[in-house]
Amino acid sequence: MAKIIVVTSGKGGVGKTTTSAAFGTGLALKGYKTVIVDFDVGLRNLDLIMGCERRVVYDFVNVINGEARLSQALIKDKRVENLSILPASQTRDKDALTQEGVEKILEDLKQDFDYIICDSPAGIERGAFMAMYFADEAIVVTNPEVSSVRDSDRILGLLASKTKRVQEGLSPPKEHLVITRYSPKRVAAGDMISIETVQEILAISLLGVIPESQAVLRASNSGIPVVIDEKSDAGQAYMDTVLRFLGENIPYRFITEEKKGLIKRLFGSKSNTEAVLA
Amino acid sequence: MSLLKLIKQKLRDSKSCNSANLAKERLQIIVAHQRNLQRPGKIDLDDLQMKLVEVISSYLHIDKGLVNVELQRDADRSLLELNVTLPEQI
Repeated sequence: MAKIIVVTSGKGGVGKTTTSAAFGTGLALKGYKTVIVDFDVGLRNLDLIMGCERRVVYDFVNVINGEARLSQALIKDKRVENLSILPASQTRDKDALTQEGVEKILEDLKQDFDYIICDSPAGIERGAFMAMYFADEAIVVTNPEVSSVRDSDRILGLLASKTKRVQEGLSPPKEHLVITRYSPKRVAAGDMISIETVQEILAISLLGVIPESQAVLRASNSGIPVVIDEKSDAGQAYMDTVLRFLGENIPYRFITEEKKGLIKRLFGSKSNTEAVLA
Repeated sequence: MSLLKLIKQKLRDSKSCNSANLAKERLQIIVAHQRNLQRPGKIDLDDLQMKLVEVISSYLHIDKGLVNVELQRDADRSLLELNVTLPEQI
């Protein structure tokens, strides 16, 4: 049975698209037929992060309006088998997403895929609602920072009240917390809220912690999901997240401050964990 | 200032400047408040307020804008607060 997973956060710029791309690619690498759907109509970015921006011909809205078939709009990933992308329209606005249209497309995708990852736009407007409405599970992406945590809490409230499952009397979508841009060093210094604090406030189960990492900007620069960069800390942390989602018991990495030896201190390059997340 | 004093001072400073704790406290308050607004259980506060105003108005002449109903919740108790400002002469 296919599963619909929304990647959401409320706040913009916390790493929803990076997470959608990495998580979806990770599932495909593990052999699951996966499609990542961009719900950010008007401001699409998933195509860039996935490196397929020049292959977009038809989009989500074209399919809703009957201007193209779903198979024409789906882009098969060139690197990873089992992975497809459904790009959002860049020229329309979010009102182009009708509930019936979205439902029809998701139903069709369910026939061909094991996992449907819905990359939500920021905010709590129509695009975000459509991305979460049909979800079976939700990945809430949060930065360890006050405005992101508050917005995540708001989104959790909406997931618990405004989704199809809830309206049909079923349990709300299962919520998973993914903390991104985590800097153990700053947590140790008392300048960043800890994993425990975010968990305590949001009270949902933790699925992954992605460290602040230069690899993320490098990945988006080159249009390759960071999970493919197996040597990077962020790439490994995303793969751990995927494995945990699939039921494996994986210990958390990159969550404590790395103690540098004397030699590294004197001659080591700059820490790898001080970059910007795209 | 002796070296020992200086070290003690530094330690104290670093403790009081822990901005993460401040963030945590602020978040706990704002999130609790937010949850009251968006998940007030089965209680429709607007409807409750309307009906209360209706009942009170049939006994007293009040300004409907000056009735305020609020529900506060924390871990182990809920508090329903009703505030009615009465005109000077009843």
